[in-house]
Amino acid sequence: MYRFNYHKPDDMDAAQQMMADAEDGVYLSGGMTLIPTLKARLASPTDVIDLSGLALSGIELADDSLTIGALTLHSEVAAGNEISSLSNLALAIGDAQVRNRGTIGGSIANSDPGADYPAAVVALGATINTTAGAIDADDFFQGLFETALKPGAIVTSVTFPLPVRAAYEKFPNPASRYAVVGVMVAETNGGVRVGVTGAGPCAYRQRNFEQALADNFSVAALDGLEVDYAEFNSDIHASAEYRGHLVGVMARRAVAQIT
Amino acid sequence: MTSETGIGAAVKRKEDARFITGAGHYTDDINQPGQLYAVFVRSMYPRAEIRSIDVSSALAMEGVVAAYTGADLAADEIGDLPCGWMVKSKDGSDMIQPPHPPVAVSVVNYVGEPYAMVVAETLQAARDGAEAVTADFNELPVVVDLASAHGADQIHEAAPGNQCYDWELGDREATDAAFASADHVTSLDIVNNRLIPNAMEPRAAVGMYEAATGNYTLYTTSQNPHLERLILAAFVNVAAESKLRVVSPDVGGGFGSKIFVYAEETAVIWAAGKLARAIKWRADRSESFLADAHGRDHLTKAELALKADGTFVGLRVKTVANMGAYLSLFASSVPTYLYGTLLAGQYRTPAIYVEVQSVFTNTAPVDAYRGAGRPEATYVVERLVETAARELGKDPADIRRLNFIQPEDFPYETPVALTYDTGDYDASLKKAIELIGYDGFAERKASSEANGKKRGIGFSCYIEACGLAPSQVALSLGAGVGLFESAEVRVDVTGSVSVMTGCHSHGQGHETTFAQIVSDKLGIPFENVDVVHGDTGRSDYGLGTYGSRSLVVGGSAIVKATDKVIAKSRKIAAHMLESTEENVDFEEGTFSVTDSNQSITFPEVAFSAYVPGNYPLDELEPGLSEKAFYDPENFTYPAGAHICEVEVDPETGKVEIVNFVAVDDFGEIINPMIVAGQVHGGLAQGIGQALLEHAIYDESGQLVTGSYMDYTMPRADDMPNFVVDTTVTPCTHNPLGAKGCGEAGAIGSTAAVMNALTDALGVVDVPMPATPETVWRAMEGE
Ligand SMILES: Cc1cc2nc3c(=O)[nH]c(=O)nc-3n(C[C@H](O)[C@H](O)[C@H](O)COP(=O)(O)OP(=O)(O)OC[C@H]3O[C@@H](n4cnc5c(N)ncnc54)[C@H](O)[C@@H]3O)c2cc1C
Repeated sequence: MYRFNYHKPDDMDAAQQMMADAEDGVYLSGGMTLIPTLKARLASPTDVIDLSGLALSGIELADDSLTIGALTLHSEVAAGNEISSLSNLALAIGDAQVRNRGTIGGSIANSDPGADYPAAVVALGATINTTAGAIDADDFFQGLFETALKPGAIVTSVTFPLPVRAAYEKFPNPASRYAVVGVMVAETNGGVRVGVTGAGPCAYRQRNFEQALADNFSVAALDGLEVDYAEFNSDIHASAEYRGHLVGVMARRAVAQIT
Repeated sequence: MTSETGIGAAVKRKEDARFITGAGHYTDDINQPGQLYAVFVRSMYPRAEIRSIDVSSALAMEGVVAAYTGADLAADEIGDLPCGWMVKSKDGSDMIQPPHPPVAVSVVNYVGEPYAMVVAETLQAARDGAEAVTADFNELPVVVDLASAHGADQIHEAAPGNQCYDWELGDREATDAAFASADHVTSLDIVNNRLIPNAMEPRAAVGMYEAATGNYTLYTTSQNPHLERLILAAFVNVAAESKLRVVSPDVGGGFGSKIFVYAEETAVIWAAGKLARAIKWRADRSESFLADAHGRDHLTKAELALKADGTFVGLRVKTVANMGAYLSLFASSVPTYLYGTLLAGQYRTPAIYVEVQSVFTNTAPVDAYRGAGRPEATYVVERLVETAARELGKDPADIRRLNFIQPEDFPYETPVALTYDTGDYDASLKKAIELIGYDGFAERKASSEANGKKRGIGFSCYIEACGLAPSQVALSLGAGVGLFESAEVRVDVTGSVSVMTGCHSHGQGHETTFAQIVSDKLGIPFENVDVVHGDTGRSDYGLGTYGSRSLVVGGSAIVKATDKVIAKSRKIAAHMLESTEENVDFEEGTFSVTDSNQSITFPEVAFSAYVPGNYPLDELEPGLSEKAFYDPENFTYPAGAHICEVEVDPETGKVEIVNFVAVDDFGEIINPMIVAGQVHGGLAQGIGQALLEHAIYDESGQLVTGSYMDYTMPRADDMPNFVVDTTVTPCTHNPLGAKGCGEAGAIGSTAAVMNALTDALGVVDVPMPATPETVWRAMEGE
């Protein structure tokens, strides 16, 4: 690590002020991504602003949605809630240690291409609540580690509308256990949505799958559908072509879970 | 007493209480007053000429005490890191050993090679200092691809064609003749993937120097501290052997990678002397990936000649082995004497010929890794045998049985220079077949298919050679060191016992196994025996722990020393019992006179030895402490049968091991629980090689798999529930009848997995590791 100033504010305004005052500040939540980056000297922020003192944790059920505080741990989501597909997704993140530190806010703000939550955010049509306003799932993930989050803004919570039915299927990277491809298929009040993570630079909706499933919510409906993998990620674990293939396989398995 | 803790008992490991409660004492736990920290500056280039290095900014930084380059070590006449085994080429010429300065002087030849060291008051300051070192490099063409390395741009001036040696073993004409007369030839192109050892504890060193006496002490993570001392003294010129103490405290795994003498501890102990201050270095995990010696990395063309009935008539093998950028300590011996010599396997193949060309590339040095040569040999033989069975329409068990060396054939001289002492290969195969339920396989396959899965079964009947020996044979074949082991059994006045051994435990449980042997033989409580190892200041010169040698060589030396203790005790007892030596029996810790009820216990004799009132000191010296050096007559030959069943998900290519049976013949077993543990760990590594692990350099020479994000370490949930069992044919030439068990799991299992996978897919070969995409492509016919 390089030297940095450490701050632990106890309210949101103070946190944002510290960020504004810092030459090159960064927020810290669970630290599961940020700390290894700092340790490897791959980042050299002047100020680290630890959000753990903010009251941003907890899961709240409203009539037709679930709001999860940004600091809620993966293990807390995994413990069970009204959206079982989301609990299952959280349970498939990393390992027990990671789930006991990592937060939903950190995961979504970071937008790692292999992160699991983004698939759910996109498939369930969630809203990302931030100190600079609410952002629709469809607008949030913009590219590799790139989001619509305003500079200095904090993700405060994520609101997931309750789906009619939804399921997540993940093909984990054998080494890191992040998603090589993860697909959430959801029948929501706004229609069928298919969220894909791992395959491309960031989470996206597989629209041709959505259309096919809207007409006929069955595994067979996905047969023979093309996945355009031209812009997909390619690495030693999976080529773009293989990722494209897996999007179909994972989607069919997700549909099979809930039909 | 001895029955619960003696030879053969599944005693819980003494050392585990401290290991699992975090009370182990590792090198990084050692801190000295005024200790400094070293950080190495490592090459980002796979190959470059060093035009200049500038350490002035580093030296100007707060807390930085010193910054050294290779030139500073050279100025102090610190020598090159040597290779300890001279292999000769076919034409009789010596292998090429290019210069290997511990810290690069004029060129760097792999990413991660150290070219400077910064020493500072804190680790943080040393890191900052290391980042401030600047250098001017002239990048040179890079040689990465093993297949084309011979003939690519020449890396070392001394090594034309990048060749280290071109070695052969066996009878070429006889083998060619066998192929000419064969009914069938099975041939395979085999890639033995490159691996990174990944010991749980990274390498570390704490170097100390006492100016008043000129004594050096080096704490380091070595599997063989005496060898470390010998090399640092005799080859590297750090200090005289008598002035240098090397201590390996608790060591958290090595798998071979900690046998070797590396740049870092060399530079640390040298600098400790220069600065007369203690210096600590501990590798980061990323440094371990870059700069620990890697393992395996062979390309092989292998052919098996058979008669129509399946009888093997000849085996021809041509291998290219990657040495990496420099020759690591035992690198040259691994693809030769530990590989070519094992190609007979468990079979009576009458004619074998093997050629091995070793080449240099701009990658980290490659050396022994759990199994060292024998996994590579087993993979070649067992993949060929299984493939031949398929091609000839034979049952894989039957074709092996047809060719097994039979119990009455021992001692059996192979065409590749070894003499197997004993074995019963069919006994292990039979047991493994029963345990896996071979009869039920067809049914299980059908039910897998009904569930949309492909299922396959694969065999591997391996043999290996442990306890590299005897010294004189190895020396005549180019080894640079003897291969005996030392022991001292020191009995205290009160009858407790310290056992000094030159072997070293880095996870093997010697504190338990060796204590079992000595307590059993002396008839004293297991708790009263302490094993001392890993300290050149406390035990006699020994060769350490590798090649599954500790029990068979080190344990035998302990038996020999213990027997000397018993012999002397018997003499003392005879005086005390007023009898004669011949009339004194020793059993379960008690000396008694034949045909009388007079007896005396071992602790009483020990006490008398040190309080020598009742025996004549002109005949018998006081004290009770004996030493022994044991030089084996031969290798030992553990062998066994591994059978694996896999299920493949045809949509994703994911392979699951659903059944794994390992039946091993390790000869006599001292502690079955420890043996099972060794087998489990070895299987995890062998399966890891087959399905998960792969060290990958890209074309430009950068290590792609430089962290656990990309290097797939086997995890518990990748493994099936192993079924392990043993058969026993005692080794005929050591006093324990033991054969060694440390590597067998990693040796036998890989071929079993790949035989099962190719069976499931109905293909000839799948390259390792069989990752999901690789398998998916194999199914797509690519
Ligand atoms: C071994 C390992 C395995 C893993 N496996 C998986 C996996 O399988 N699937 C998966 O999805 N993830 C995985 N992760 C990542 C893990 O889920 C992390 O929790 C997540 O990436 C980041 O969350 P965090 O709370 O730790 O954030 P931090 O590391 O604290 O922060 C990450 C980034 O987000 C920013 N940030 C954090 N919180 C906020 C906020 N509230 N508002 C704005 N910005 C914020 C930080 O400034 C930083 O840039 C793994 C991590 C590890 C170490």
